[in-house]
Amino acid sequence: MVNNDQPVVRMSSITKRFLDVTANKDVSFDLYAGEICALLGENGAGKTTMMNILFGYYTCDAGEIFIKGEKADLSSPKNAISRGVGMIHQHFALVPSQTVLENIIVGTDSGKGIFLDLKTARKGLLELQERFGLQIDPEARVWTLSVGEQQKVEILKALYREVDILIMDEPTAVLAPAETADLFKTLRSLVKEGRSVVFISHKLNEVMDISDRIVVLRNGQVVAEHRTAETNARELANLMVGRELLENIEKKELPPGEPVLKIKNLNALNDKKLAALKNLDLIVRQNEILGMAGISGNGQKEFCEVLFGMRPPTDGKIQINDKPLKFGSPTASIKSNMGRIPEDRIDTGLLMDLSVEENLILEKHSSADFHRYGLMKSQKIHQYCDDLIKRYGIKTAGRDAVTKSLSGGNLQKVMLARELAGEPSLIIASQPTRGLDVGAMEYIHQRILQERERGAGILLLSEDLDEIFALSDRIVVLFEGEIMGESPGATASREQIGLWMSGVKA
Amino acid sequence: MIRFRIIKREPLPGWAKIVIPIAAILVTLILSAIPILLAGGHLWKSYFYLFYGALGTRYNLLETFVKASPLLLTGLAVAFAFRAKFWNIGAEGQLLAGALTATVFGVHMGSFPAVMVLPTIIIAGFLGGGIWASIPALLKTKLKVDDVVSTLLLNYVMIHIMGALLFGPLQQPGSSWPRSAAIIEAARYPILMARSRFHMGIIISFAAVLIIWFINKKTIFGYQSKAVGINIRAAHFGGINTTSVILWTALISGGLAGLAGVGELCALQYRLIMDISPGYGYSGIVIAMLGNLHPVGVLFSSLFFSVIIVGAHTMSRMTGVPTYIAEVIQGMALMVMLIFLLFTEYKIRVMRK
Repeated sequence: MVNNDQPVVRMSSITKRFLDVTANKDVSFDLYAGEICALLGENGAGKTTMMNILFGYYTCDAGEIFIKGEKADLSSPKNAISRGVGMIHQHFALVPSQTVLENIIVGTDSGKGIFLDLKTARKGLLELQERFGLQIDPEARVWTLSVGEQQKVEILKALYREVDILIMDEPTAVLAPAETADLFKTLRSLVKEGRSVVFISHKLNEVMDISDRIVVLRNGQVVAEHRTAETNARELANLMVGRELLENIEKKELPPGEPVLKIKNLNALNDKKLAALKNLDLIVRQNEILGMAGISGNGQKEFCEVLFGMRPPTDGKIQINDKPLKFGSPTASIKSNMGRIPEDRIDTGLLMDLSVEENLILEKHSSADFHRYGLMKSQKIHQYCDDLIKRYGIKTAGRDAVTKSLSGGNLQKVMLARELAGEPSLIIASQPTRGLDVGAMEYIHQRILQERERGAGILLLSEDLDEIFALSDRIVVLFEGEIMGESPGATASREQIGLWMSGVKA
Repeated sequence: MIRFRIIKREPLPGWAKIVIPIAAILVTLILSAIPILLAGGHLWKSYFYLFYGALGTRYNLLETFVKASPLLLTGLAVAFAFRAKFWNIGAEGQLLAGALTATVFGVHMGSFPAVMVLPTIIIAGFLGGGIWASIPALLKTKLKVDDVVSTLLLNYVMIHIMGALLFGPLQQPGSSWPRSAAIIEAARYPILMARSRFHMGIIISFAAVLIIWFINKKTIFGYQSKAVGINIRAAHFGGINTTSVILWTALISGGLAGLAGVGELCALQYRLIMDISPGYGYSGIVIAMLGNLHPVGVLFSSLFFSVIIVGAHTMSRMTGVPTYIAEVIQGMALMVMLIFLLFTEYKIRVMRK
């Protein structure tokens, strides 16, 4: 079905920066009529950013966009929609208390004067439903619909606006398998009529299943482009995770010691009350880095929250240094001598509007060292913080500087300084280098290795396979709340890990 | 085409915290010219009498302090709660709760030694307000009930409880008015300056500024409540017992408002009446915002408010501008301050396309 003459969309040399992070670097992308093109890549590879630019949601810093041969200056999604580009984000933009029909006509010109013309709108909607087999009661209130049905409403919304270039951002992430099959049927019927679909995903099997063509992104750049028929999951996994080694990491040979963390049969729910962790078993030993690879959203967040005391599990046992961990209490986790590096340092780890000092003492402020009868011993606190700032090389105007004035790398150093100051026997580090530059990343890697040599057991959760491979003594892969497989760090193969990460059990 | 965009700005230096409220007050006074002129007042004469009325004579100056005392306490109450993001809109009800408990003790403590009476009443008033405030705090922490709504609505509950008691068990024997019997002599705040109403409650409210400043700055609890206010999730992650922090914050906040009620009762009215507060609890919200939630800021903003309120009476007498102008100025002060605070975080950028 691929039509090879004039592309309907041509994005050429697109660059987009967010402050000091480059999300897209000189990316070019063509889309043809009548094809489903998959954008494949890890989280943070720049897929969504690129499509948000095409949708007029972001403006690019450099580069040009042509839609149907015409140069397009997209300043807003409205602008993009008027040129036939529609995008369905992971989080739907629907009004839950309104009906399907009301949601679909919102923002369109479907009236006579100041009055709504629901009759004509409904007729148009029913026609569309007929044509594409998207059966939903137009009078149903959106909150009563399942996630899959809401997605259908979003698709109808786009079709109603006569969109012929439809971008779908991780559309299957929220769907049950049967709903996924339904969605694929719909997408195929769309391209049959000459429309084009961009399908953003990091799930290999699905991409192989639905797309005509695959564009692979890594670190904000296009690294490969293949016809789906001419490639396979193994090759794509390789392309997606890359092979570049960033730094030289020297790791001392250390025999693993006693277990510091023992997890048995752990089960937990996510915020939507769905199973996030399923019968998880895990052991971390002294002098050992256990790398947990996996794409975000497969239960890592919930797993860390359980360990950190922020989320009580539904079932299971956790032992730290042979003592059972009390669930649902951050204080208990702190007292178990656990160093906790959460993935969102800005929202959970640090208090951005407090000073550096106030952040450094957060977990220790009520210890006898720092107060007497509830009065803070400021002299002692100052000393303690000055020492940490020096030891960790935190670049700040001083201990009284407001934390949000620090750069990303220094924020993470504050985090490390606070968590490692007590020489924890167990360290849980979740995405410790996400969003950091190479220098800060190297520092943190070295620091983690030092902690390993000191005798700590370290659980490292990361999406960055380079990091996992460089540091881990053992590697496990988390997919949909389950451990897909385990491999020794030294002999692990990238393909194997990549396949496990994509949910392929082989 | 020119477009305006609101964007984040770099954090302002420390002196801005002092300059901004002062600038806001100046702008408020300038803008006040509009309603004064609309009301037919002579501009300079009006401003003169506004300040002369509040500061010009010894009696008026002391009267300004008398007025500032309850405003200062409710302002502190709100500021202390807001700092921990406990949205206490209920200082009015807590003030009444404090006055109510103080009345019960003040009427019935005739047989106790005189030295015991005032301390007991002050503690009872503090606890009355504090416990009343801890109801919405419990609802917030245990059941996630929105604190803005619950604190606000509990004001009306307290007004009606008070009304029921003043028409019932607390009513002055033989009276048909909703008022209590007079409190005993020993329950009255001493007057500290002759030929004025400058009373002990004023000292209490100034001491409260120091105490709150000390709690905020020097104690573990002050640190914890600030952390809870800034990011409750991160505070919880860091091992702070956020539930207990919110409860204690509410207790202290409500207690301060309760003390305002004790002051009105024991220094001015000597008996509980329905109109014991002309809305001091609500003014406290404005004062807390104007004072940037800092105890010293609250001190100055409450003084500013009392100057306006006391001075407006003289201005009205001398120029015919109605005293309601005081409320107009208060409202304007809040809006100007909020706008100024917005621009401490954001700036407007003009974009040409």
